[in-house]
Amino acid sequence: MDAITQLQRQFVEYTTSLYREGYLDDQFTQLQKLQDESNPDFVVEVVTLFFEDSEKLLNNLATALQQENIDYKQVDAHVHQFKGSSSSIGAQRVKNVCVVFRNYCDEKNLDGCVLCLQQAKNEYILIRNKLEALFNLEQQILQAGGSVPMMA
Amino acid sequence: MACNYEEDVPHVLAVDDNLIDRKLVEKLLKSSSCRVTTAENGMRALEYLGLKETHQQNNGSKVNMIITDYCMPGMTGYELLQKIKESSVLKEVPVIIMSSENIPTRVNECLEMGAHKFMLKPLKLSDVKKLRHQLTNVEVEKR
Repeated sequence: MDAITQLQRQFVEYTTSLYREGYLDDQFTQLQKLQDESNPDFVVEVVTLFFEDSEKLLNNLATALQQENIDYKQVDAHVHQFKGSSSSIGAQRVKNVCVVFRNYCDEKNLDGCVLCLQQAKNEYILIRNKLEALFNLEQQILQAGGSVPMMA
Repeated sequence: MACNYEEDVPHVLAVDDNLIDRKLVEKLLKSSSCRVTTAENGMRALEYLGLKETHQQNNGSKVNMIITDYCMPGMTGYELLQKIKESSVLKEVPVIIMSSENIPTRVNECLEMGAHKFMLKPLKLSDVKKLRHQLTNVEVEKR
């Protein structure tokens, strides 16, 4: 098997596992559908925006939960944003944590919120690492002169 | 020629406070052959449409559709919809409300206020293409 085919196989297997394990959902496929010759880096651009935005939101959440008098409306507003952007790029596990997080905000449950923040952070780091690995694989394929397989 | 083609391409104003969603909706619309202007909140949208100024920098007549998020700080999508429907210049422009939450009372209140459609986020390319197709039909019906 030549190098390109091997890389392409790896790419397909890796992508499939991300969907199977629930890290990504169909919305990520939607993003890929939007990428074309006029916008060949669209997915990377949007995902990079998501990374930057997420890190800001996670910091804001940590700060908001450290206040003496916690403004749960503010916390909820941040979580709402995070839920929105993670949903928009298909980061399913992050989104799911945000759903639970919002419930704790409604209940003004500090312990629940602190726990969810930690989970959100963990899931964010996981998906960031996995997407970076995926983009890396794409680059390797392209540099070897191959084309990136279209996933369904 | 090129200028005639430009006039046939619908011009959409997309309003969303979330940066990622803004970029997404812009691409979805461009991929559906629309010209897109984005605004990050209701105020900016109203300014662009010329509803805020008395001296008209009126872009309202150049917009064929407005698509807005529901949950925005300051002015909600519903409030923006209201202002648009109150304007004699803009009330005929179809307004689409997007929301990540499928709350029946929310959907109803938007439709009753005159929203053309209520769409659930995240939007799919097929949803937007269908919308674009409907938009052409709406315009044809008016003639």
